[in-house]
Amino acid sequence: QERAVVFFEVEILDAKTKDKLCFLDKVEPNATIGEIKSMFHKSHPQWYPARQSIRLDPKGKSLKDEDVLQHLPVGTTATFYFRDLGAQISWVTVFLTEYTGPLVIYLMFYFRVPFIYAPKYDFTTSKHWVVHLACMCHSFHYVKRLLETLFVHRFSHGTMPLRNIFKNCTYYWGFAAWMAYYINHPLYTPPIYGEQQIRLALIIFLFCQIGNFSIHIALRNLRPPGSKTRKIPYPTKNPFTWIFLLVSCPNYTYEVLGSWLGFTVMTQCLPVAFFTLVGFIQMTVWAKGKHRSYLKEFRDYPPLRSPILPFIL
Amino acid sequence: MSAAAPGTSKAAHSDVAPKKKKGPGALATAYLVIYNVVMTAGWLVIAVGLVRAYLARGSYHGLYYSIEKPLKNWYSFIPIYVRLLSRVSGIVPSSVVLTGFQVMSRVFLTWAVTHSVREVQSEDSVLLFVTAWTVTEIIRYSFYTFSLLNHLPYLIKWARYTFFIVLYPMGVTGELLTIYAALPYVQKTGLYSVTLPNKYNFSFDYYTFLILIMISYIPLFPQLYFHMIRQRKKVLGHVEDYSKVE
Repeated sequence: QERAVVFFEVEILDAKTKDKLCFLDKVEPNATIGEIKSMFHKSHPQWYPARQSIRLDPKGKSLKDEDVLQHLPVGTTATFYFRDLGAQISWVTVFLTEYTGPLVIYLMFYFRVPFIYAPKYDFTTSKHWVVHLACMCHSFHYVKRLLETLFVHRFSHGTMPLRNIFKNCTYYWGFAAWMAYYINHPLYTPPIYGEQQIRLALIIFLFCQIGNFSIHIALRNLRPPGSKTRKIPYPTKNPFTWIFLLVSCPNYTYEVLGSWLGFTVMTQCLPVAFFTLVGFIQMTVWAKGKHRSYLKEFRDYPPLRSPILPFIL
Repeated sequence: MSAAAPGTSKAAHSDVAPKKKKGPGALATAYLVIYNVVMTAGWLVIAVGLVRAYLARGSYHGLYYSIEKPLKNWYSFIPIYVRLLSRVSGIVPSSVVLTGFQVMSRVFLTWAVTHSVREVQSEDSVLLFVTAWTVTEIIRYSFYTFSLLNHLPYLIKWARYTFFIVLYPMGVTGELLTIYAALPYVQKTGLYSVTLPNKYNFSFDYYTFLILIMISYIPLFPQLYFHMIRQRKKVLGHVEDYSKVE
C-alpha cells in the first residue's frame, strides 16, 4: 500500500529571454522556494540562492523563500521566471565594514597621524577637553553599532546588492573624515557657551544612545531567533520605549534628535550639522517607508503614530 | 559646470518638451509655447546684441559687456522660476536632477565665475561659451516651440541634433578656459573662501573647489557627448520614416 504522492515538475525560465534554464522533475509538493533555489544553484553554480529572484510572472514580485510549492497558483508543472539580482553581500558584512571605517578614521584624526595637519602637530593631542570627550562619544557610538550588528539585530533580508557597500562606505567614511578633520584640528574653536553647552549636549547624547539601544532590544524581542515574522512594536516596561506610542521608528528619532544633534551642539561644528541633516533626511525617508508598510500590513495599527517625529513627520 | 550645457544633452529631452505618451492639455500647451517662444526671442536678443557690438567695434574683444545684462536675466532667473513652476504645477514631468543640474551649471558659470571675477570678463573664452550657448539655445527653443505646435521643420530637427557636434566642445572649452583664467584671482583674493579658525569650525577653499569642478568635466563631458551622438543616430538615422511632425 503506497500512498500516491503527486510530484511536481518545475521549469525555470529566464525572465528576459524566456530561455529554459533548468528543469527539475520529481519535486516534492511541500518543497519551498528556498529549496528550489538550492536545486537551481546546483545546475548553475554561479547563481547562488541569494542572488536568485524567482517569480511566477516575468515582471512580477519575487517569491519568498518560505513559500511552499503546492500552495502556489501553479499546476503540477510549475513554470517560474528567474532574474539575476547581481552579486550579493550579507547585511552583516556591510554593516561591519561601514561602521568600522568611521571608528578607525576618526581615531586617526584624533591622534593626528602624519600628513593630515602641519608636521609640527603630528601625534600631538588637542588642548581642549571637549575634543577628547567628542572622540569618546563618537567611538562609543560606532562600537555600540558594531556590537548591535553582531548581537542584537535580526535581519529580515540576508543580503543586499554588492554595489551598496561602495555607496554606503563612501558616505559613512567620507563624512567621518570630514567631521573628524575639523574637530581635531589644531585651530579648532570650542563651543561658545563652554561647559554648559557641552554638558547639555552630552546629556542629550547619552539619553538618546540609551533610547536607541532600548528600541533595538525591543525590536529584537519581537522576533524569535531565525524567524522572519513581523509584528507591531509596542511600548514595554522600559520608559525609553514609551515613545512607541507616538512614533513608528523611534530608533531613528533617537538617532537624529538625540545622538547626532547632541554631538553637533557638543562640537559646534558645521560639518557635523550637515551630517545630522543628511542623516535626518535619509532616516525620514526610511521611516515613512516603514510606517507605510506597517499600515498596509496591519489593520489595527495605532492611528496616533507618526513615522519619525511625533505629530509632525 | 555646463557639461550638460549647450542644451543638447539628455537634460534637453526631459526639459520643457512635450511627452509623447500623454500630451499636455490645451492650456498647458499654450503656456509651454509662450515660454519657448519667449526664450527663443531672449536668446535672439543676445545674438543680435553680440553681432551689433562686433560690427560697431570691429573686434570681438570685450563683447561680453554688451550682452551682460540680458544674459544674466535670460539665462539665470527666468528659466529657474519657469522650470520650478512647471515642476511644482506638474505640467511637465521633467527630471528634477537632470534639468536642475543643467540650469545650475549655467548659473554657476554666469554668476559664480564670470560675474564674480571681474578680470575674466574681457577674456575671449567668455565669448566662446556665450556664443555656443546662444546658438544652441536658439535652435533648442525653436525646436520645442515647433514640436509643441506639431509643425517641426526637418531643418530645425537636423540642426538641433547636428550643431551640438561643434557647439558642445566649443562651449566646454570656453567654460574650462574661463574657470582656469579665474583661478589666480580667486587664489589671490580668497574669494568665497572661509578659513579656520572660526566658531563654526568649517572651512571652504573656492580655488580648490573650482579645480575639482574642472576635473569633473573629464568623466561628465564624454558621457553626455556620446549620449547625444547616439540620440542623433536614433533620431536622424531613419530617413525613411522621417516626418515633419515629431
